[in-house]
Amino acid sequence: MSSYPYLKLDHIDKVFVRGSTETEVLKDITLGIEKGEYVSIIGHSGCGKSTLLNIIAGLLPVTTGGVLLENREVNDPGPDRAVVFQNHSLLPWLTVYGNVRLAVDKVFSGVKSRADRHAWTLHNLDLVQMTHAKDKRPAEISGGMKQRVGLARALAMEPKVLLLDEPFGALDALTRAHLQDSVMAIHGKLNNTVLMITHDVDEAVLLSDRIVMMTNGPSARIGEVLDVPLARPRKRLQVAADATYLKCRQRVLEFLYERHHFVEAA
Amino acid sequence: MNMPVRKTEAVIALPPTAAKILPLPPKRSAWTSRLMARLAAIAAHVVPPIVVLALILAIWEVLCRKAGATLPPPSRVLSETWELIVDPFFDRGGIDKGLYWHMSASLQRVAFGYALASVVGVALGTLVGQSTWAMRGLDPIFQVLRTVPPLAWLPLSLAAFRNGQPSAIFVIFITAIWPVIINTAVGIRNIPQDYRNVAKVLRLNHAEFFFKIMVPAAAPYIFTGLRIGIGLSWLAIVAAEMLIGGVGIGFFIWDAWNSSHISEIILALIYVGLVGFVLDRIVAAAASIVTRGTAAS
Ligand SMILES: Nc1ncnc2c1ncn2[C@@H]1O[C@H](COP(=O)(O)OP(=O)(O)OP(=O)(O)O)[C@@H](O)[C@H]1O
Ligand SMILES: [Mg+2]
Repeated sequence: MSSYPYLKLDHIDKVFVRGSTETEVLKDITLGIEKGEYVSIIGHSGCGKSTLLNIIAGLLPVTTGGVLLENREVNDPGPDRAVVFQNHSLLPWLTVYGNVRLAVDKVFSGVKSRADRHAWTLHNLDLVQMTHAKDKRPAEISGGMKQRVGLARALAMEPKVLLLDEPFGALDALTRAHLQDSVMAIHGKLNNTVLMITHDVDEAVLLSDRIVMMTNGPSARIGEVLDVPLARPRKRLQVAADATYLKCRQRVLEFLYERHHFVEAA
Repeated sequence: MNMPVRKTEAVIALPPTAAKILPLPPKRSAWTSRLMARLAAIAAHVVPPIVVLALILAIWEVLCRKAGATLPPPSRVLSETWELIVDPFFDRGGIDKGLYWHMSASLQRVAFGYALASVVGVALGTLVGQSTWAMRGLDPIFQVLRTVPPLAWLPLSLAAFRNGQPSAIFVIFITAIWPVIINTAVGIRNIPQDYRNVAKVLRLNHAEFFFKIMVPAAAPYIFTGLRIGIGLSWLAIVAAEMLIGGVGIGFFIWDAWNSSHISEIILALIYVGLVGFVLDRIVAAAASIVTRGTAAS
């Protein structure tokens, strides 16, 4: 066992400066995530969840503090921290296959042969059950399918950490449940390290090993971290009646709606 | 229409001998009705312009038939230019050539100037769209220069090049380049942050980012610029050629005016319009092939 966590957020502060106004969005965020762990971040809208995720992805610089992956500081974006964006961000001029292949070609250019990259692309599309639509363009598939492709693209990079920014936020409840099941199955199979942003309490409890609850901004910090000691694989229907599940759910709801209820900003 | 017919037939045609020929009639009528619908759809688009054209020709004929009319009626235009229409390829040396040669000379100038404007325009537009400092430096200058009328550049370029041919090409270039630059820059600036983030996570290098993200993402804008550019080029070439002389449709028109061949002017105008239309369609077709899927996201 290593003495340091796989992914470490070390005293991260984030201040946005626009002209002469400074907004402190994140304050002293410290968190360790172990390999293979599924961690969710939950918090009210605008508290800085996306900002935190973008910092981990390397898309935004920290003001102070740092992000350490395997005890090495990371500042730039890279395929070792693949992101599934809230609005899928597929390139509309490429097919489903082309979108995943672009990532595969870039990440494995010197490593895998042409045939292997083709096979790896198809393998990842198969993992999210999207092989049937591989020649369609993003405009021709549904929102849930787009998120699946986005997930396949991220998985295909074989990232050390998979970053999900409200991946199911824009989907209807049934599609969302379906995708959650897929993500659980994939996590069970590949044992990826996942950091997911959500504002859906049930989603957080169902999917996560730990739930990180953030206080309201400005200067949002980690309010509480909750362990979800539910055995895996989890089945949606069985878990819903489980006492541990209900207790965890209750804790998160209390945190969000009693102690840190959403204050409408001006 | 078919439904009730088939129903009564089925009721009558209970004996098995009659049943054998049943499937054919509805099939054939479906096929013919589809053909009819297709023809009707085509006719709906072809008939109105033909009717309007016939009307215009009729009014023109009536107006210009009168004594003292300054312009020839269409019938006379046709009879006077018949030789030019049927033999566009004659070449008697100098500028006494068929319309094909004049057209192709003009098109060559446009092709050179426009191709140059496309390449340089996309490059400059990318620079202005991508770099804030390039935009601050160049944009005000572009905004002023693009309002200069094309022909105002001609004396300057004649002074610089001391030759009609490069001067005409330069006028086309300077006319077509502004919409290309401006639209490309807007397209580059409008590339969604998401695509840039995808490129960053994948660590695309500059060349990969340019070809795999920038060009396809900005393609609809670039083609808007290219389409405006080809229209302006064709507008400018006729005017420029009137001034520089030599072989070319512009000077052909000017020459016809000097020799009072009004019918030839009219014929040339029709050709200029048709070619301009075709050029626009070619760029539009290229755009719709290249930007397939890009517009909707
Ligand atoms: N580039 C920026 N410049 C200035 N302020 C910003 C910038 N980006 C985000 N913010 C501010 O930081 C705060 C947190 O934004 P963020 O997008 O991280 O919230 P969030 O928790 O992801 O919200 P949501 O749940 O709605 O996605 C917001 O108040 C926002 O206005
Ligand atoms: Mg967000």
